[in-house]
Amino acid sequence: MERYLTDRKRATGMGSSHGGTKHHWQMLVSSMALVITAPIFMVTFALGFQGSYEEVVAYFSHPVVAVIMALSLIVIVRHVMNEAVEAAEDYVHGIKGQLTIVGITWASHILIAIGLFAIARMAL
Amino acid sequence: MADVNRGNRPLSPFMIGPYYKPQMTSISSIMVRITGIAVLGLAVIIVAWLMLASISEQAFQALNWIVQSWLGDLVLLGGVWALTYHLLGRLRHVIWDFGYCWDVKTSELMGKGMFGLASVVTVAVAAAFLIF
Repeated sequence: MERYLTDRKRATGMGSSHGGTKHHWQMLVSSMALVITAPIFMVTFALGFQGSYEEVVAYFSHPVVAVIMALSLIVIVRHVMNEAVEAAEDYVHGIKGQLTIVGITWASHILIAIGLFAIARMAL
Repeated sequence: MADVNRGNRPLSPFMIGPYYKPQMTSISSIMVRITGIAVLGLAVIIVAWLMLASISEQAFQALNWIVQSWLGDLVLLGGVWALTYHLLGRLRHVIWDFGYCWDVKTSELMGKGMFGLASVVTVAVAAAFLIF
């Protein structure tokens, strides 16, 4: 029995990344998001991290601050997670490399989840 | 070609130094990766600090005494430098990916700009905190 494969199907997964240019495109998109988000995050955080416990909680529970912090957390941590995954792809190989990538991905998402919970808990 | 030793050759990232002269293009590129991973470390501190703030004053003070100390200031200023440098480095990738500034001269100039601008922003933030 003959199999009919298109040229596209034959090429899929054959590159060194096995995943095409998806990761590269993701980095491009998150880089553009970072250029806007990171300065807003730095200004927002710098304006409110000093002071007493009451002042800090009052500042970070403001709706605008809470939304900026939540968005920054997602955009920045997901971007640097991909950055760390890229480094692992380059320097750590084999099963050790695969497990490192799994570890980085888990840890980053746990970080985002804890951060979002903390922001919501203060704001609500 | 089948007999060629493929196991013991130095790989490109480890060429810099003994075999390959450090250049603005390579060093500014490596720093993008290093600052990116540094920002992940900074995120751990900030999330821990937010989490403790959301629990109680006592929990908050367990970490805050160091975050609001001179050592915390230094770490956060390092974070400002790393995040600013990283975002400029990633902006350079976006510019490259859209097909501009591929020549060595402009690439080196952008590398110097990344180091310079990140340092200027960090000094400006430090000055702003000293004044206000």
